[in-house]
Amino acid sequence: MKPTIGVYKFASCDGCQLAFLNAGEDLLTLSELVDIVHFAEAGVMNVNARVDIAFIEGSISSNEDLERIQHIRGNSEYLITMGACATAGGLQALRNLNDGNDWMSGVYANPEYIDSLATSTPISEHIKVDLELWGCPVSGRQVLTAIRSMLSGVVPVQEHDKVCLECKRQQAVCVMVSKGMPCMGPVTRTGCGAICPRVGRDCYACFGPAEDSNTVSLGKRLQGLGLVPGEIARRFHFINSHAEPFLDAGNKWREQEPES
Amino acid sequence: MSKSDERTIHVPVLARVEGEGALDLSIQDGEIKDLRLRIFEPPRLFEKFLEGHSYTEVPDMVARICGICPVAYQMSAIQALEGLFDVDPGPWVRAMRRVFYCGEWIQSHALHIHLLAAPDFLGFDNAMAMAKEYPEEVKRGLRLQAAGNQLIGLFGGRSVHPVGARVGGFFHAPEKHDVKRVLELLKSLQEDTEALIHWLASFNLPEQEQDFTYVALHHPDEYAMNEGRLVSSNGLDIPVEKFEQHFKEFQVPHSTSLHASLNDAPYLVGPLARLNLNIDQLPENIIEIIKSTSFQFPSKNMFHSIIARAVEIYYALQEATRTLGDYELPECSYVDVKPIAGTGYGCTEAPRGLLWHRYDCDEQGKVTKAIIVPPTSQNQGRIEDDLRTSLINFGLDKDDDALRNHGEMVIRNYDPCISCSTHFLRIKVDRS
Repeated sequence: MKPTIGVYKFASCDGCQLAFLNAGEDLLTLSELVDIVHFAEAGVMNVNARVDIAFIEGSISSNEDLERIQHIRGNSEYLITMGACATAGGLQALRNLNDGNDWMSGVYANPEYIDSLATSTPISEHIKVDLELWGCPVSGRQVLTAIRSMLSGVVPVQEHDKVCLECKRQQAVCVMVSKGMPCMGPVTRTGCGAICPRVGRDCYACFGPAEDSNTVSLGKRLQGLGLVPGEIARRFHFINSHAEPFLDAGNKWREQEPES
Repeated sequence: MSKSDERTIHVPVLARVEGEGALDLSIQDGEIKDLRLRIFEPPRLFEKFLEGHSYTEVPDMVARICGICPVAYQMSAIQALEGLFDVDPGPWVRAMRRVFYCGEWIQSHALHIHLLAAPDFLGFDNAMAMAKEYPEEVKRGLRLQAAGNQLIGLFGGRSVHPVGARVGGFFHAPEKHDVKRVLELLKSLQEDTEALIHWLASFNLPEQEQDFTYVALHHPDEYAMNEGRLVSSNGLDIPVEKFEQHFKEFQVPHSTSLHASLNDAPYLVGPLARLNLNIDQLPENIIEIIKSTSFQFPSKNMFHSIIARAVEIYYALQEATRTLGDYELPECSYVDVKPIAGTGYGCTEAPRGLLWHRYDCDEQGKVTKAIIVPPTSQNQGRIEDDLRTSLINFGLDKDDDALRNHGEMVIRNYDPCISCSTHFLRIKVDRS
C-alpha cells in the first residue's frame, strides 16, 4: 500500500498549497508515489481518512478550527505545518497585538454572526507538530523534499542559516551596507534564496527567525539607520509577529514608541 | 415520507475552489425554499491591521490576502497609493506592470482550467485522475501555468507573494538575458495555447443563457487589465473613484465575505464580463480563433467562462511576448515617492474580476483607513442567483449527489477565491 497524505487548510491565503499545485509534472509524479486522500482545493475529499502525513496550511482563528485540528491530529501519523500562518500565526496574528474583537466590529456590521477568536495562533500551540516548514510562502522544494525524505525514512533537513549567508553564497550585494536599508536578513531564516536583497531591497523576514538571532543588536542597528521605535517594532511585528524572538523584540520597541 | 416533501442538501466543503465555503439548499414541494452560498473562511481582518502601517509595507501585506492572485492585490494597492501621492512612474513601469500582470492571468487561468474546472466537464473528481486519461492535455496546462509563474518571478523573485513591486515602480529591472530566456519560453507556447482553446471548444458545455449585468474595466487603447474606467452591460461608465457611489457592500448572516450590489442588484465580474465588454480590443488573430469555434461573445452562458479564460491566456501570452520583444533596461526602475495626506483609489482586473481598493493616508504615508472589495464578494449574489436558475433547470427531483455536483460545477464557473473574499463551499440540501 502506498503512503497516504492529506492537505488541510485553516486561516490562510492558499499560497502554501500552491507548493503542490504549482509543482507541475512533479505533482503528477507525487500522485504516483503517494495516495493523496484529502486535498479540497485539488478536488480530493475525504476529511475523515487516516493519513501517514498531514500537511497543515493556515492558523487557528476560530472555535471550529480548534476542534478540527484535534480531529486531524488524531487521524495522522505525522503532522507537518507549512508556512508562516500554520507555523507562527501568520500576518493575521497582528490581531493578537491589538483588540481582535474590536477589529471584527470594524470590518463587519454584525460580528455576532461570525465564529472568530480574538487571536490567530500557530498549530503548535494546540497540538503536537512533528515538523515545521517556515516561509511565506513555503516553496515546492521544501515540501517535496520533506515528503521524499520521509518516504526514505530520513528526517528532512531544515534550513536554519540566516539570509545573510545565502546573500554571500549568491554573491548579492548587502543592501544594509551599500544602501542603508533596514534589512531583516541578519535575523531571518533562509530558504527563500535571498530574493529580496537580490532584487535590491531589504528582507522583511517572511521565513521567520533564524537560529540564535540577535534581535537586540539588529534593533539597535536599525535605530542607527534612522528608524524610529515604532518603525523598528513593525519590522519585527510583520509576517511572523507571533514567533519568538520577533514577538519580544517588537514588543520592547513598541513600548518605546511615543503615544500618538 | 412526510406529506410536505422537503429535503436539505449540504455540500459541507466545496472542492476545487480556493478557500473554504459551503452550499446550503432547502427544497420544499419541488421548489427552492432557501439557497445560501455560505462562506465560513475565518476572517483575517486585513483592512484593520493595515491601519498604522506605512505605504511602503502595503504591497507586501495585501499580497498575503491571496496566494493565487498576489499580483492583483499589489497592483490595485499601488495604483491607489500612487494616485494619492500624485506619482507617475512613467511608460517603462506601466508597460512592465502589464507584463507582470499577464503572468498572473496566465498562471491563475491555467490553474483554474486544468486543476479546478476541466475535471467537471470530463467526468473526473480531480486533475490527477484526469491526467491518467488526458496526460498531454494536463501537462500542456501545467506548462502554461509554469510559464505564468516564470513571468511573475522575472519581476518578483517568486510567483507567490512576489517581492519586486513597490509604490513608484519595481525594485529592480530584470536583466536582458533573463528577459530573453522567458521570452523564448513564451514564444514556444503559442501553439499550446491555440490547442487549448480548440480542446475546450470540444467540451460539451451546458447550454444555458441567463439574464445578468456584467461589469469590467474598460480602457480606450487596450484590453483593460491594470487601469481603466468601470463600465457595465447596462451603460454604467464611471471613474474608479466613484465606485462607492454606485456599488454597495453589505453583510449577510451566512457569510464572512461581504456581499456587493450595483443599483441594489447582483452583477458579474471576471473573464466572461471582460470578454463580453472588451472583445473588440483583442488582436485580429485571436478574434479569428474565437470565430473558428462555435462560441460567440458577448455571451450570457456562464459556462463560457472557461473559454473566456483560455482566450485571455492566449491574449496575455501574446501581449507579454510583444511587450518584452523590444525590452530595454530603464535608467531607473522606479520613481521616488513623497507621501502626502489624502485618499487614493485603485482598481485592476484580478484574474477572477474587479479588485477595488481605497486607502486614506496621513502626511507620513501611514494608512489610516483601508477598504478592499475583492472579486468573489462581488460575485456572491450573482452565484446565488445562478444556482437558483441552474438547479431548477437541472431538475430539483435529481438525487442529492447529482444536485451537489451540478451546484459545485456552477459555482466553479466563477473561479471563486474564498480566501480573498473573507475578509467559500459546503452544500447542505434541506428536503425535510
